[in-house]
Amino acid sequence: MLVLSRKKGQSIMIGHDIEISIIDVQGEQIRLGINAPRSVTIHRKEVFEEIIQENKQAASTAISPDIIRTMRIEKKEDES
Amino acid sequence: MQLQTKNFGEITVDENDIITFPAGIPGFEDLKRYTLLGKQETEALFFWLQSIDEPSLAFVVVDPFSINPGYFVDADDSEMEEIDIKNPEDVLTLAIVTVPENVKNTSVNLKAPVLINLKNNMGKQIVMKNETFPVKYYIMNG
Repeated sequence: MLVLSRKKGQSIMIGHDIEISIIDVQGEQIRLGINAPRSVTIHRKEVFEEIIQENKQAASTAISPDIIRTMRIEKKEDES
Repeated sequence: MQLQTKNFGEITVDENDIITFPAGIPGFEDLKRYTLLGKQETEALFFWLQSIDEPSLAFVVVDPFSINPGYFVDADDSEMEEIDIKNPEDVLTLAIVTVPENVKNTSVNLKAPVLINLKNNMGKQIVMKNETFPVKYYIMNG
């Protein structure tokens, strides 16, 4: 892994069109600014890991399709 | 093509019904090919996204709009490009259902819907950045 030291207000470039700036540093909290083309997907890593965990849980259901077929949901009112 | 599935026994899958996920599904990145089972059944609320490459794997899926009328999908350009979506009307949107042992706690992942481009049978699970919809949206109250 490449490790760089940066100060508040400085930035790094990844390729020619992705810029990551240090906006602010307060204790353990660092605010990053990201300039990237709209074609680049950016996620907080923990959100992505949460989706992986949820998918693994969904994939390992012990309930048989015959029971799932008969399940009926509580109809929700439009909350919007 | 014949497929010996864990949940549905031996099934026949038409080549035209195979949906390719170029990036797989998060947590299952190596599995690229799926097919939908049980969608044709009338009044089917839940159906299945069955892996072609791993016959023991099938996700329960649901139409998210049917369980939350206020639902909407907000996809990035990059996500749309990955499966070549040109027209939103070509997209079938599904949400993955988690059915735990206590089925009362069944939840639907509204934050990360599965988009399927019906024009080319390519699919992708996207992760929405907004906080509007949760990963666990509980659908069996009480």
